[in-house]
Amino acid sequence: MTTKYAETEPRQDAVKHVGRPVDRVDGRAKTTGEARYAAEHRYPGMAHAALVHATVARGRIEAVDTEAARAVPGVIEVLTHENAPAMKPAPKTSLMNLSSLASGTTVSYLATDEVHWNGQPVAVVVAETPETARHAASLVRVAYRELPAVVDFAAEEPNASPQKSSVLQPAGGDKGDAVAALAAAPVSVDLRFTTPPEHHNAMEPHATIAVWDGDRLTVHEGTQNIAWLRAHLAQRFGIPERAVRVLSPYVGGGFGGKGFVWAGTLLAVLAARATARPVRLALTREGVYRTVGGRTPTVQRVALGADGDGDLTALIHTSVAMTARIGGMPEGVVSSSRHLYDAATIHLRQRLVRLDLLANTAMRAPGDSVGSFALESAMDELACELGIDPIELRRRNEPERNPMDGKRFTHRMLREAYEVGAERFGWRERDPRPGSMRDGRWLVGMGVATAYHPSLTMPADVTVRLAADGAVVVRCALQEIGVGAATVQAQITADELGVPLEAVRVEIGDSELPAGPGAGGSAQTAGAAAGVLDACRKLKESALALARRAPDSPLRGRRLDDLEARDGGLYHGGRGETYAAILARAGRDHLEAGGGTGMLKFLAKTLNERRRWVKAASGAHFCEVRVDRDTGEVRVSRWLGMFDVGRVINAKTAAGQLRGGIVMGIGMALTEATQVDPRTGRIMNPSLSEYHVPVHADIPRIDVHWLDEPDPTMPLGLLGIGEVGITGVAAAVANAVRHATGKRVLDLPITLDKLL
Amino acid sequence: MRVNGAAESLDVEPWVSLLDALRDRLGVTGPKKGCDQGACGACTVLADGVRINACLALAVQYDGKEITTIEGLATGDDLHPLQAAFIRHDGLQCGYCTPGQICSAVAMLAEHRAGMPSAVTERSGELDEAEIRERMSGNLCRCGAYNGIVDAIKDVAGQEAR
Repeated sequence: MTTKYAETEPRQDAVKHVGRPVDRVDGRAKTTGEARYAAEHRYPGMAHAALVHATVARGRIEAVDTEAARAVPGVIEVLTHENAPAMKPAPKTSLMNLSSLASGTTVSYLATDEVHWNGQPVAVVVAETPETARHAASLVRVAYRELPAVVDFAAEEPNASPQKSSVLQPAGGDKGDAVAALAAAPVSVDLRFTTPPEHHNAMEPHATIAVWDGDRLTVHEGTQNIAWLRAHLAQRFGIPERAVRVLSPYVGGGFGGKGFVWAGTLLAVLAARATARPVRLALTREGVYRTVGGRTPTVQRVALGADGDGDLTALIHTSVAMTARIGGMPEGVVSSSRHLYDAATIHLRQRLVRLDLLANTAMRAPGDSVGSFALESAMDELACELGIDPIELRRRNEPERNPMDGKRFTHRMLREAYEVGAERFGWRERDPRPGSMRDGRWLVGMGVATAYHPSLTMPADVTVRLAADGAVVVRCALQEIGVGAATVQAQITADELGVPLEAVRVEIGDSELPAGPGAGGSAQTAGAAAGVLDACRKLKESALALARRAPDSPLRGRRLDDLEARDGGLYHGGRGETYAAILARAGRDHLEAGGGTGMLKFLAKTLNERRRWVKAASGAHFCEVRVDRDTGEVRVSRWLGMFDVGRVINAKTAAGQLRGGIVMGIGMALTEATQVDPRTGRIMNPSLSEYHVPVHADIPRIDVHWLDEPDPTMPLGLLGIGEVGITGVAAAVANAVRHATGKRVLDLPITLDKLL
Repeated sequence: MRVNGAAESLDVEPWVSLLDALRDRLGVTGPKKGCDQGACGACTVLADGVRINACLALAVQYDGKEITTIEGLATGDDLHPLQAAFIRHDGLQCGYCTPGQICSAVAMLAEHRAGMPSAVTERSGELDEAEIRERMSGNLCRCGAYNGIVDAIKDVAGQEAR
């Protein structure tokens, strides 16, 4: 069997820019210090704010003593629930208005004496300098009447309640009687996994600069969703959306942590209103942990039954995750088990506990990253039980249609991904016996796991303007969180219009621009691409309409579908003319067109598609670890990811996204855990010195490859790449550790104490 | 204090960090604040050519010193070879750790040239990938652009060796 795949160069299509490893258009700004992030803007008279965090998990504020703080020279104001101006409460959530989902929590900050989590901001100090604000914040004394709080996830887990299904996310499901099938299975595994809370730790801590001019508000903030932030601020502060401007040209990493609106943003705006000064609130790293949610912990059970050949007869996957009493996102923890294996019977359930903690939120591949750890570890353990190669076990159970409901896959190339990946990784050299491969003091292990992440799009409004001098400007309020948002849309535009890449400038990061999709759900690039394709087509239609009016135009009588956009114009074979010539003849200095889909049409299309199709980005991870035989230290020594992500727009930035997901997954596998004090609900390691993200020395060379096959149902055939990379990673590491040591670690992270 | 070749005169309280002095008082915002406690390296600058975490340094300690930030590496429109290599090898995504990574790499190459060993140095002294990773491990990148960063540094180190 032959399979097409790309390493760094794409197939040589007629396209000129899409698929190529183009350098980032903002590479220069980011490597010279020219790129300004949210906290780096200055306004005359700008004051600085710092937060005071609650030190109890639940209670009422009995007294606040701000005297010492107010006495510090340079302090302008100390805001508490006793004197802060009111905000409107958070809106009720509705699918008809997606921006209503923007609230990180439902708390009315500084409008209540209630404390809902350990870390909730209970006062804001505004001062002339950041140092003064921080110092004065440390002098605010708050007395609480403590109330009983439920903060210990592990203790509460047995009391979980069933999770509700939503239109977009079923919370469970059954196919046949999996419980009976499991009991009857000749070979089975039944495992209980745990994953800890985790935090995004984007390198840029959240920061907001808020500037009021009468009833107009300007906000600088690194956000993953400009449209939601704008709508939310308008609602909370009772002003029209058009009175709010959000500027977010550069976002110093997000991973979900900047997708919703959290306390710091609202309190910066509130402080600016209360003091009539521009206010900057730059959270400390600890402040981010205290006020921005992270990933839910989970407890999961995966039980698999198989016949002697390895055909799955039962798949049971159940989970418990958290939300908070004040909000939080219920995750689709068992989602991958709906799609990955052709088991004869399937039983899926998700349950939730509600805790007196800060609300959890989306973190890179919510649900799938943790769910795939459990499912893919269990598959590996079943392979060990059966004495079958883990790739062969997956191949045998690869479904033709979606296992739960028989819907068709728009695209599914996992067999090819494993086949090509195994060849390139050298899987054949693996001796399956645990502990059999050694290199000096190191036990060597190899593991595989499947990556899987659903694909979706979100609507985007885009305008494209082409000037007579050839300059093209694309406008859409996209968010650049590191994905190369402007770069890839410039590539697409250049190809669609047939103009040089250098001629295209993409304006992003400003709420005055046409509304973009959020940078989340791996959906930004596809959504924006749909808008760009639509706008470019309309622009070419206008150019053609102008040309056809002229009796001497070589395009007279032509239809757009017969033409090729190239060399700065429209051509049929060798005959055609440039946009410049068309515009000059018509006496016009530019053409402009808008593209996009309305929200209602978009929702209808999405729901209709979901009734028929299942689509996802997927892939196969191959991991080699070395485990120190004496200390249990685990080093990841080699990695290969073979992905099916549909069409790749930029080979350079796509490889970076996929590698980045793998790097974060290695952190999840080996080092990352947010430690919550089970007595007080306080996060005990709110810093980068105590929460360990991977460093250079932890990360080997990561080979990423992709099968280069566009998806027929997605804009340009791209499936989205931001999240698929992290799914399956922790399982691949755990499976490699199992191979190296014979030990199955069920509780993340795989720290060395678990191997001794 | 000289910052990127220009004399700067500052009157700051003794508790102001070099990082805050650069960012908030002088408007030199290339050095980034990622943790404010020396754990992430985003604030790395060169003080008389030596890499330091500007968040752990008090501005008053650097009276009279030459500070170089990311803004001071390019010559006019010509990027420093490491800046160009970071773009070419895509050693960045969101860009927030990038100024620190590049400043750190500039000094790291100088340290290696001067024969300073690292925890993984064996006899050869060659700047292989393991050496680069070890010597750059004080600079975190949450986007995970580590492979590209190592490639960029290797590329420049190779150019220097030729």
